[in-house]
Amino acid sequence: MHYEQLGVTEGDFYNRNFEKGAREDTMILNLGPQHPATHGVLRVIVELDGEYVIRAEPVLGYLHRMHEKMGEVKTLSQFIPNTGRIDYGHALGWNWAFVGAVERLAGFEVPERAQYIRVITTEINRITSHLLWWGAFTLDLGAITPIMYAFDDREHLLDILQMPTGSRLTHSSFRIGGVCTDLSEKFIETVRDFIPKMRERLPMYRDLVTDNVILRKRLEGVGVMDADMCRRYGVTGPVARGSGLAYDVRQAEHFPIYEGLDWQVAVRTEGDSMARYLVRMDEMEQSLNIIEQALAALPAGPVLMKNAPKVLWKAPKGESYFAVEGARGKIGVHLVSNGGEFAYKVKLRSPCFSNLSAYAEAARGTILADAVAILGSLDLVIPEIDR
Amino acid sequence: MSMIRKVLEPIGDLWSLVVGLRITGRNFTRPQVTVHYPREQVPTDLTDSYRGPIALVPHPRDATKSKCTACMICVGACPSQCITVVKAPAPVITPEQEKTFQEAEARGEEVERPVAPREPVIWINDFSLCSLCGMCVEACPPRCLTFSHELNAVGTSRDAFLHNLLIPYPGSLKPTPEQVQKLQER
Repeated sequence: MHYEQLGVTEGDFYNRNFEKGAREDTMILNLGPQHPATHGVLRVIVELDGEYVIRAEPVLGYLHRMHEKMGEVKTLSQFIPNTGRIDYGHALGWNWAFVGAVERLAGFEVPERAQYIRVITTEINRITSHLLWWGAFTLDLGAITPIMYAFDDREHLLDILQMPTGSRLTHSSFRIGGVCTDLSEKFIETVRDFIPKMRERLPMYRDLVTDNVILRKRLEGVGVMDADMCRRYGVTGPVARGSGLAYDVRQAEHFPIYEGLDWQVAVRTEGDSMARYLVRMDEMEQSLNIIEQALAALPAGPVLMKNAPKVLWKAPKGESYFAVEGARGKIGVHLVSNGGEFAYKVKLRSPCFSNLSAYAEAARGTILADAVAILGSLDLVIPEIDR
Repeated sequence: MSMIRKVLEPIGDLWSLVVGLRITGRNFTRPQVTVHYPREQVPTDLTDSYRGPIALVPHPRDATKSKCTACMICVGACPSQCITVVKAPAPVITPEQEKTFQEAEARGEEVERPVAPREPVIWINDFSLCSLCGMCVEACPPRCLTFSHELNAVGTSRDAFLHNLLIPYPGSLKPTPEQVQKLQER
């Protein structure tokens, strides 16, 4: 029965229309939009029977900024700063997806050095993103100390990433046809020094958190998502790889630089929150491997193609789609151009949106505290969901 | 059997506590990694690569003037429309001057009519809109824009973020009252 029929006139649309179940003894609770466990302005309406979640419905749209519409009123290169602000965690992944779509549409050949720089900076950005998630996730579970260690390393990485991109968080350093700045000698040296240091830190993370019995008891067997469920919802990234789907865009789309490097796609088959956790921890290690090899193989040459588009450049008519493996999953940009300086349509495929849609099913029947653990294990970035 | 396990398991789990305390203890003796901000600042080599609010480059021959030629390409490149540049006005030619020019032309001499100087008179960057993307810096044909490394951009009003980039260049031309009025109307 609708609340309206029950005579409830207060509250917003969702309050009035979130249907009560068949039973009378349940309670409806709002998690968010301002709640410490929801990482931003996500709102989840849960129907509870005591401690148990009968239904959980995410409500989106509190951070909608019309990025897709803004793509239609800005020139293609003017849209690049927007892509850095869609996902604050993995800004360079979005940068790459967008400039990649434009390059594919125009048939541009990106210089090899620029491609290597993209790989190196995107992987560093992936580690910072996973560190942020790691700290925030353990915070969700009630452990306050780990985020201090995570942010210690993350701060160093952000300082490193500031050298080529110029900013610490909302990077916009990729350009159509290359990147904006070359890597300095100092950057290369600092990263070479940092990789062994980070490798020493990872066992400490394992001892402190991963092997901790409280964490294991909170995560093992909680929120099991099988491969079939992941396919149904279009779940990608570490969440899908935690369920045994060995799908990684870096490997599946045959990225030219990644093909030549020695790294593995981190996969776990359990499908529970712990598997998703472990996949991300393994990915940090793999990212370090990728960065180390890419730095060793870094070729000389220009970082921006010769005839890089100028201010009033018009893209050719047509459509293109480009996907990149972001920290949270498959980032896709579908670009439609009718031959003007503006795009006709920019469709942004956000991985978190699909990952969150699986949450309603995964959280059903769990304890409320486990529902929060599942939400954290999905690694959601709310600005990316709403775009 | 299961009851004995239930009693023994939590005792074994206490090992996690020992491991955690060991790591915490080890880090407790390490030097502090954070900086007491108002009393200390991060070393400048960390802020040198930071892209701060944009600034103009001085003219190579006259350091009291900026290198800017008021070509307006940065205005078109900016995604957030935060740049306002006003060109120097064309000089007013008095009727007497016009007469002498025409007489000289009639004599067959080459006349150099005064043209508008290729300089800005107003150069304002609205930092409250700027996203520090660097599109203007890359688009500038004479390379007259650069990023400053100013970190502490703080103000109490919106007007505090209207950066006038011509302040460090006292030699640049002054706007006419009409130009200032036109800008204020916007």
